[in-house]
Amino acid sequence: MVNFYGKSFSSRLLIGSALYPSPAIMQSAIRASGAQIVTVSLRREAAGGKTGDAFWKLIRELGVTVLPNTAGCRTVREAVTTAKLARELFGTSWIKLEVIADNDTLQPDVVGLVEAAAILIKDGFEVFPYCTEDLSVAMRLVDAGCRVVMPWASPIGSARGITNRDALKLLRDRLPDITLVVDAGIGAPSHAAQALELGYDAVLLNTAIAKAEDPVGMANAFRLGIEAGRAAFEAGLMNARDFASPSTPVVGTPFWHAVS
Amino acid sequence: MRVTVNGESREIAADSITTLLSELEYEGTHFAIALNYDVVPKSRWTDTTLKSGDEIEIITPRQGG
Repeated sequence: MVNFYGKSFSSRLLIGSALYPSPAIMQSAIRASGAQIVTVSLRREAAGGKTGDAFWKLIRELGVTVLPNTAGCRTVREAVTTAKLARELFGTSWIKLEVIADNDTLQPDVVGLVEAAAILIKDGFEVFPYCTEDLSVAMRLVDAGCRVVMPWASPIGSARGITNRDALKLLRDRLPDITLVVDAGIGAPSHAAQALELGYDAVLLNTAIAKAEDPVGMANAFRLGIEAGRAAFEAGLMNARDFASPSTPVVGTPFWHAVS
Repeated sequence: MRVTVNGESREIAADSITTLLSELEYEGTHFAIALNYDVVPKSRWTDTTLKSGDEIEIITPRQGG
C-alpha cells in the first residue's frame, strides 16, 4: 500500500485524464490501469457551456479519488488562486502544484513552487509538488511541509523516461520518509518499472497511455509494469558488477583444467 | 458597467455573481468563481457585489495531466 497524506491506496499509479481519443476510452483506460487517483485540471467555462459538467460526470462515474492540478500556471499568484478554486470545486485539500517556468520545456519554476507550496500548506492544503530532481529543491519543499514530492523523469509528454537516474536515487536515499512519485516524462512501462525499482512509491503519467495506439491495452501494460517494478524493489535487486560472474558452477566443468 | 470575465472585457448590467451568471446564460452547475484573484464560495454568490473594473474568472473541471 502507498500512503498519500494519511490515505492508503493499493495502486501505485496516478493517472491523468487528458488527451484520450474519446471520453469512453478515457474511462476504459483509467479502469484498465487500476489507478485509484486521477488528476484533473481547471479551465475557464464559456458562457452557456456545460463542458465542465459533462467531464465531471465521467470522472465521478469512475469512483476514483480526484487530485486537482494547477497545470499551466506560471506565477505563484495564479497557482495559489487556482488551488483555492480547486478546493472550492472538488471539496478536497489535495493539490498537484505546478508552477511552470518555460513553455518549451515545461520546466518547473522551483523558486515559485517552494513559495506557493508554503502559502498553500499554511492555508491547510496537502500539496503534491511537481518539481525537478534537484535534492535541494526537494528538501525545501519538505521543509515547507510537503509530505509528497514529485520529481520529473524528463519533460512532460516527452516519453524519454528517466534521464537522471542518479539524482532520483539520491532523492530516494535522502528522503526515506517522504512519499516520492515520478511525475512526467514516462513513456513506457519499463520506465515506470525503473522508477518503482529505485524505491519510488508511485508514478504519475498521462500521455504515454492516452497517446498509445491502444490506450486501454497500454493502461494494462503500465499496471503490470508498475506491479513488477514494486515487486522487484520489495524482493531486493542484486548489485551491478563490473565484470562477468558465471551463473553455472565452475566445479565439475567437463575438460576443465586448472590454469597454473 | 465594464468588467473582465474570463479575460474578456464586457459591459454588464448584473450587480452580483448570481445575476452575472444568469445574464451571461451560464447553464452548468459545476463552477468555481474567482473575483480579483479571490475565491468566492458558492454560498456568497448572491450577496457579493460587483463593481466596475472587477476581474471575474468562471472555472470548471477539465481534462488534465
